[in-house]
Amino acid sequence: MNDTAVTTTPDGRTIGGVLMEMKHITLRFGGVEAIKDISFDIREGEIRAIIGPNGAGKSSMLNIISGFYVPQEGEVWFRGVKRPPMKPFQVAKLGIARTFQNIALFDGMSVLDNVMTGRLTHMSSGLFGQALWWGHAQAEEVENRAKVERIIDFLEIQNIRKTPVARLPYGLKKRVELARALAAEPSLLLLDEPMAGMNVEEKEDMSRFILDVNDEFGTTIALIEHDMGVVMDISDRVVVMDYGKKIGDGTPDEVRANQDVIDAYLGVAHD
Amino acid sequence: MPDTLLFAIEVTLNGLMAGVLYALVALGFVLIFKASGVFNYAQGVMALFAALTLVGIMEGQVPFGHLLNVIFGTELTTFGWTLPSVVGILLTMGVMVVLAILIEKLILKHLVNQPDIILFMATIGLAYFMEGFGDLMWGSDIKKLDVGLPQGISDVIDTTTFGWFGYGFFIDKLDITATVVAALLVTVLVLFSQYTKQGRAMRAVADDHQAALSVGISLRFIWVLVWSIAGFVALVAGIMWGAKSGVQFSLSLIALKALPVLMLGGFTSIPGAIVGGLIIGVGEKLFEFFIGPMVGGATENWFAYVLALLFLVFRPQGLFGERIIERV
Repeated sequence: MNDTAVTTTPDGRTIGGVLMEMKHITLRFGGVEAIKDISFDIREGEIRAIIGPNGAGKSSMLNIISGFYVPQEGEVWFRGVKRPPMKPFQVAKLGIARTFQNIALFDGMSVLDNVMTGRLTHMSSGLFGQALWWGHAQAEEVENRAKVERIIDFLEIQNIRKTPVARLPYGLKKRVELARALAAEPSLLLLDEPMAGMNVEEKEDMSRFILDVNDEFGTTIALIEHDMGVVMDISDRVVVMDYGKKIGDGTPDEVRANQDVIDAYLGVAHD
Repeated sequence: MPDTLLFAIEVTLNGLMAGVLYALVALGFVLIFKASGVFNYAQGVMALFAALTLVGIMEGQVPFGHLLNVIFGTELTTFGWTLPSVVGILLTMGVMVVLAILIEKLILKHLVNQPDIILFMATIGLAYFMEGFGDLMWGSDIKKLDVGLPQGISDVIDTTTFGWFGYGFFIDKLDITATVVAALLVTVLVLFSQYTKQGRAMRAVADDHQAALSVGISLRFIWVLVWSIAGFVALVAGIMWGAKSGVQFSLSLIALKALPVLMLGGFTSIPGAIVGGLIIGVGEKLFEFFIGPMVGGATENWFAYVLALLFLVFRPQGLFGERIIERV
């Protein structure tokens, strides 16, 4: 595959050129190398998974993409341009939205308000316009509200729109977090263990939503997951990490057949 | 109606008005506490500083005049202008915004991710610094602040109530103005925080820094915004207190009265700050009126704190504060 090749998946979705490329990323915490010289790319429209055992450096990788960590070495390329070191809120403005492994919602606010915060990067009216509610501030609020309502419908959380998120059960909180990230209409959506701690039914729901989001909005998704079964079912390509190194990269079938991956997951006899 | 009852009603009304002024100061605390989890000890001093700056600007006083005179042997006192109060208030607001930016740049930025107690200590330092700085900049003498607010006993109320009850209520027009201003201020603040994108961003930052960053909110901008709003509230409180009792350094002590107000109302609730202020205002006036004579008076100095103490024992989160739920 070259950088601009457009391919079609067996189920008829279109995968475009390279959207994001990580080149030789190395991340250290003091003397510990969390990520060692890893390179991979994410193509437009695909569902890209990063998997690996605990402590493999998956979350660190996601934090680098979303700007929470700055790698010591390596380059991050986005839309064919090298990205300078950025603060997380600047990355968000580029159109990269994310969820967190340990849900990070605004507990004091309602579901609706939480999802509305996802629209902040799309609202341009200034402080005084907003404060005095004049000019296009009002029109903007109404327009954004409509978009948010569509996402709320899409994720089937209409009945809890006005509920403070602190009162919601775990599975729904995860869904609200997804809704907030989606509200930003991101060009790249990062999901940090979207199914962690869920029961089978909740996992199935979440998988369906992830596939639907990708299908309906054409959103490129990069996700981290523990559960091998789920990942293999929903992703187009998989990066496998172990101890901060990349040990496999390819379609689910290729990865499944990779001896290093099998060793990492099942253990290997040392002789 | 018996005179004592009427007098008690008058005392209650005056207490309500005094409570409004306490609430104004408490409001500034709540705003910053809600948005950043920082208890801003310097809020009272900010009110003082705002009032000093306002008087200084309106009367054309040369900032640091005394210091400059001592060093360079000059005789600077005033620029020789007198500005209208609207201009003065706008310029002072500008100064408060600059102050907010400086606080963020010089203090908050360097204390990100530190425990709340560290930030609290920093604001104590800020309070003492600003008190000294204000002194150096504008001098320590008591100043009269006149921004053209109505003042003095309202004759209308006096004569009307005299006509009704045969007893005239003495109510200061300034207190009525303060009540109206406080009501307006609270309405505007609540609308702003509930229905605008910056308000939503403020609440988001208050809840979770990481999540706020991930949806594209710049923490630094929000902090400057919050401290600017707190500066604005401080300015309003400073104007009201300054018009009532002159701009003097004991003004920073009223901040301490805001503490019992907050313990009563809850540190996280804007309505709580108002209701807490009113309860303390009325409570201490009535207590002084009924119980004061029996214990030798001057109960206003301690009543609020005892009331707050009782609240801490029975309802530590205050009347309107978020309930403290410990999950086990």
